[in-house]
Amino acid sequence: MVTGIAIRKNQFYDSVFLMGFNNRLSKITGVSQTAVLMGSAANKSVLTKLGYSNSEIAAATANDLVVAISAESSSVVDEIFLHLDEWLSQVSNGSHSTSEIHTLDQAFREKPESNLVVISVPGEFAASEARKSLEAGKHVFLFSDNVSVEDEVSLKTLAKEKGLLVMGPDCGTSLIGGVGIGFANAVRKGKIGAIAAAGTGLQEFTCMIHNLGYGISHAIGTGGRDLSEAVGGLTTLLALDALEDDPSTHVIAIISKPPAEKTLINLVDRIKKCSKPVVCCFIGIDHPLNGEGKYFQRADTIDEAVALAIKAIGGEVESNLTQKMAETEKRTAQQKRYLRGVFAGGTFCYQSQQILKNAGIKVYSNGPLDKQLLLPNPEESIENTIVDMGDEYFMVGRPHPMINGSQRALRIIKEAGDPDVGILLLDFLLGYNSSPDPVGELIESIEKARQISTQRGNPIEVVASVCGTDGDFQDIYQQKKMLTESGVKVFSSNAEATEYCVSWLRQVNHG
Amino acid sequence: MDKKHEAIEKLLRGSLVVITVGLGKFAEELEKQNVEVLHVEYRPPAGGDQEMIRLLDQLL
Repeated sequence: MVTGIAIRKNQFYDSVFLMGFNNRLSKITGVSQTAVLMGSAANKSVLTKLGYSNSEIAAATANDLVVAISAESSSVVDEIFLHLDEWLSQVSNGSHSTSEIHTLDQAFREKPESNLVVISVPGEFAASEARKSLEAGKHVFLFSDNVSVEDEVSLKTLAKEKGLLVMGPDCGTSLIGGVGIGFANAVRKGKIGAIAAAGTGLQEFTCMIHNLGYGISHAIGTGGRDLSEAVGGLTTLLALDALEDDPSTHVIAIISKPPAEKTLINLVDRIKKCSKPVVCCFIGIDHPLNGEGKYFQRADTIDEAVALAIKAIGGEVESNLTQKMAETEKRTAQQKRYLRGVFAGGTFCYQSQQILKNAGIKVYSNGPLDKQLLLPNPEESIENTIVDMGDEYFMVGRPHPMINGSQRALRIIKEAGDPDVGILLLDFLLGYNSSPDPVGELIESIEKARQISTQRGNPIEVVASVCGTDGDFQDIYQQKKMLTESGVKVFSSNAEATEYCVSWLRQVNHG
Repeated sequence: MDKKHEAIEKLLRGSLVVITVGLGKFAEELEKQNVEVLHVEYRPPAGGDQEMIRLLDQLL
């Protein structure tokens, strides 16, 4: 194995570009590992872990591009480095037109009327940019992750003092007055407001509201840690004040993993005083909440939250799950067969585990609901497993599965190679900034998985949910059609797809 | 809404004027929704040296 390292001084690229370029290099014949990163301190430690270190890397700064390659021969490395600059310019010419503005201060002078700053710089620089924005009186959507909890508390405290919103860090989705920010969907405006610490949870909620004919006033992402004890729900509480006073919002849904105990008490106290109906969906919470049913409605799944929110504005939702369940064929199997979920959405991973747990089915995960069911090795599934492919473990130098499905495709085939697997559960997320063809990226591996298992004599069933709307650019009808034509059972929500899996597992393993 | 939430009220009721810093794709997707956007081609200040960034932030 031969290793090669190239540095390009003062050539800065954003992470989406770097991952795309990394992906391109990794597909070259003879290449076994690639790392295309900026030379920041955090990235240099990643490079060391991957086995790349030399004096040039040590001297690189966050503005210098580092390309590291392991290949079967030096000729492969030489060939890549020969074309490196040409390929870099080809790929960068296809990306967003370059801006002459290089700092926020310049931007604030250029556009003093701006009211929101969307920040997606590497985590180690994000807090500083967010602070500058707040000091300038701008609201912040902070997509960057790897921001310390101390910085989060300090930013949100400053924002509260100034009456500004900080959505994030690690905020994937918001919808402000019908405009989707980050990984949001094309959703019509309406009477239902939402606050969520869960990015894909907020996408699912807003899409379902749209697909049932209703609309969203505003959906405010808070970042995954907002309801932790340290952060204390600073953004959630501010967003609740804002939506309570917003005349277009008639009901407010809050979607999150279970809040920390103290934060939950404060939040419930605030909800009790809210003049508008509130629906709380704390996915995975396993105890009754003080005041539920009296001061607010409790939902255990996003689907229930959708139904309760619609009911609160005088609408009604009928579940078609019963009918779909009745269509399920009666099966019996000679051996016990297991479920494998290969997910892009972290909230879906959590929600599916909760539904399975409530049904008495033990399920392992790399992001477990119950810490005892943590997968010892995220690469290896055990019995029933749901793996969150968007977890940090899978993301070092690789694109998120919502942007590029290549890692999920490999995992699907790997799961199909296990003869004990009976049913495969998948999620697909459409919308702004997501892959232009999420189903197309995986369809070949889904078909291959079915082929492998059919040849073995125990074909696996494939079940999927598609989160999106008729307004999303990926064409939801075409995406669903591709799945159904490949024999995949398609559901309109993750909860429905998971309920189907529960029914399947019961029939197969106990029928 | 009381005065301290005035800025949030303006954000929710008015039009968005956005500055994006970091991923160019976020700016493109907002432009497609007819939002007024200014994109910052970000370069880490002081070559990414955290101590230098802290000192610069204090000075400016």
